[in-house]
Amino acid sequence: MALQDNIVQIVSHPQLSPKQKSNNLALEAENSLPYVAVSEQVNNAMTDGIICDMFEGHAPFKPRYVLPDYAKYLQQGSEYLELAPAEDFDDALNALTILYHHVPSVTNIPVYLGQLDGLLMPFTLGLDNDAIYRKLKRFWILLDRTLPDAFMHVNIGPTDNIICRTILRIDAELQQIAPNLTFMYDPAVTPDDLLLLATTNICQCSKPHIANYPLHAETFDERGFGIVSCYNALPLAGGANTLVRLNLKQVAIKATSIADFFEQTLTHYCQLTYELIEARSAFLHQQSHFFDSFLVKEQLIDESRFAPMFGIYGMAEAVNILQALPTRGLADVGSTNSVNQSGNGYGHELEANELGLRISAALDKIVKSTPVTYGYKGRALLHSQSGISLDKGVTPGVRIPYGTEPDPISHIQALAKHHQYYTAGISDILTIDETVKSNPQAMFQLCKGALSSGFREFTANVANNDLVRVTGYMVKRSDIETFKQCGSRTNTTGLAAEAATNTGILQRQARVIAHEQSPLVYE
Amino acid sequence: MSKHAIVSQILPFSCVDGPGSRLVIFLQGCNYQCKNCHNPHTISLCDACGDCVEHCPEQALTLMASQDALSYDIALQGAVVKEKSHIVWNSSLCSQCDTCLAVCPKKSTPKTSNYTIEQMLEVISSQRHFIDGITVSGGEASLQLPFVIELFKAIKSSEHLSHLNCMIDTNGSLPPTGWHKLLPFLDGAMVDLKAWQQDTHHYITGRDNHPVFKSIELLAQHHKLYEVRLLHIPGITDYDVEINALATYLQQLPSDTRVKLNAFHHHGVGQVASTWPQCTQADIEALASQLTQRGVSNIALPALYI
Ligand code: SF4
Ligand code: SF4
Repeated sequence: MALQDNIVQIVSHPQLSPKQKSNNLALEAENSLPYVAVSEQVNNAMTDGIICDMFEGHAPFKPRYVLPDYAKYLQQGSEYLELAPAEDFDDALNALTILYHHVPSVTNIPVYLGQLDGLLMPFTLGLDNDAIYRKLKRFWILLDRTLPDAFMHVNIGPTDNIICRTILRIDAELQQIAPNLTFMYDPAVTPDDLLLLATTNICQCSKPHIANYPLHAETFDERGFGIVSCYNALPLAGGANTLVRLNLKQVAIKATSIADFFEQTLTHYCQLTYELIEARSAFLHQQSHFFDSFLVKEQLIDESRFAPMFGIYGMAEAVNILQALPTRGLADVGSTNSVNQSGNGYGHELEANELGLRISAALDKIVKSTPVTYGYKGRALLHSQSGISLDKGVTPGVRIPYGTEPDPISHIQALAKHHQYYTAGISDILTIDETVKSNPQAMFQLCKGALSSGFREFTANVANNDLVRVTGYMVKRSDIETFKQCGSRTNTTGLAAEAATNTGILQRQARVIAHEQSPLVYE
Repeated sequence: MSKHAIVSQILPFSCVDGPGSRLVIFLQGCNYQCKNCHNPHTISLCDACGDCVEHCPEQALTLMASQDALSYDIALQGAVVKEKSHIVWNSSLCSQCDTCLAVCPKKSTPKTSNYTIEQMLEVISSQRHFIDGITVSGGEASLQLPFVIELFKAIKSSEHLSHLNCMIDTNGSLPPTGWHKLLPFLDGAMVDLKAWQQDTHHYITGRDNHPVFKSIELLAQHHKLYEVRLLHIPGITDYDVEINALATYLQQLPSDTRVKLNAFHHHGVGQVASTWPQCTQADIEALASQLTQRGVSNIALPALYI
């Protein structure tokens, strides 16, 4: 009995906490049900690794990501939770903490904790800076210890305010993996010294992630948006009902020429992706009764603001495979993972980069013109998917493969034009050498340059920081090292340990470009 | 005719060659013969003997006999047109195996490129949103002074580049007349003070350090001294034995001048220097605290140790 064996394995696992066991058991139970009904073709595409449902479960009973309107909640209180409207700072923090435990997501833990500075500023009256600092610091520790998951995401900015600054200060002090943090930057609103504070934090702990506020804002409506989980941009008071992702590398392998890719294979697999999206969201919206919850009744979320995310990955491999098509035989195409070891191909050559951009534009056109039953304005949202722990030999989203990245500026310039298309988020992690630590101004300028050249989001890992991003979420190197022996109280560490092994992200060799006085080390 | 520079490398993004984020242009050629040079092949200029061509496994090198080949005459400090051959290096074929460096009898490199002012401005322009400024480094950048002056002048007078600050990274050997030509377009200089005593300096670099002191003082006077750099080689440089004199000297420099301590390491160095001790974090911290105790402020430590 495979099911029982799995259950025995979970309940008797030496390193999982009881809570982690409960979660895994629930997933086992869900997955013992038949998969939502899909066609033979979709089934095959899933088995072949061309389309992937991100292991969301066989019968989705909760949306992938939920972004409640926390401001409304603080203002009106909650009948269901028997809470009066928040009156002061402590009330607000307490109310938020309570609601967090009722916000589901694919991980069973909220992935969005709100635009915290906007939420809390109305309650700061009469508090001095030190009081705010002490309260927020306690709150920050509470979040990390009780909701241990690096997908959990706080937003701050773009305005300059005491909560925003205090959170940046605390986040650098504590260097916790949770919560993840996005700082919204708007050149018209955010003062330079505040962005410098944020980029100084990046130098110390690779956090926060910086979002291009005006670019996101124009994608969504007045009710707003949030950045959640590993850099997904979604409508506020809504979220993502599901995320299905398409492996462009596999789609390219099926193509016989570049023309065939655009005319046949890509459209075909996009159609299958849509079929899976429809099947999964239909179950959630029609059968699971999720949208009968108090979150909907109290108007903290609105069913019409949920959209499926149309995710893609493996752009680098797809481009390199397609480019090799006319000159190479089909036989060796399957093994072209490492085409650009020496700095050729995607991310390096103009022609390759332009082909990549053509693919993004084609995807954008498909996603903008294909209606879905349950979508934001009737559509899915295109997303450059930043990878999961199981991916081998395929690069997240539209990124340049690990270890072959050019210098940070060429890196940004190679990818900037993609960002316009990925409305539901795109994160290209730049690895910056350690010398930046003593020069945060350089990170500031790089970030500004990236955003002004069209980057939707700016994410940087500083070489050798303990806190780093693996695929999309934060993890501590030191935790990965001890994970194998002792397990972890943090749910994402296991995933990261797996991803680190599969992607080799932490094994990259430092390359030294000598300069007489100041050697530069590149990862 | 527009001036040319012989460039060994352009680094589009550097955090260690001046304030903020910088594009660094490494110019080929140096008038010092530092035993500890980490990039010895940037010292001499290629004389197009052609010895390296056949050794290149990627056929990235070709010897071209050209009427209007450009070569650079250090004595004349300017680009001159000579009727002679030159080496063409095809960077897209090169695998960076460095065989050419190993076989060159002059210990030079064929892997350089010529840039006109216009070409260089184009490179800088394409990066301008990402950088705070540019730094010319080397080799010894001041050996190609006419190009540097022309370049800085062009940046300062360009509408969309004038916000970039222009810095030079130098061994300090440039005579005052040279500095005076550059000063109007220069935002700051980073000068190496490779040793305190004349003998030590001579032993390490093959040159006297009088011109270096002169340069430091001249730049300080004109508020253009951004940084004095001390490369610490334990037991070889004399910073520790001359700590009192050194500290007194540094202290009277403008207070906004950074004193940057760098740690010697073995990467790329020649035979003699590879027998010298490498400098550890503890060595640097000891030197820093000796300087601090004697009142030197604004000390910057290395961003990392190898
Ligand atoms: S480093 Fe480049 S140019 Fe030199 S020998 Fe090797 S391949 Fe040829
Ligand atoms: S690099 Fe050296 S070997 Fe090659 S042509 Fe120049 S001087 Fe001769």
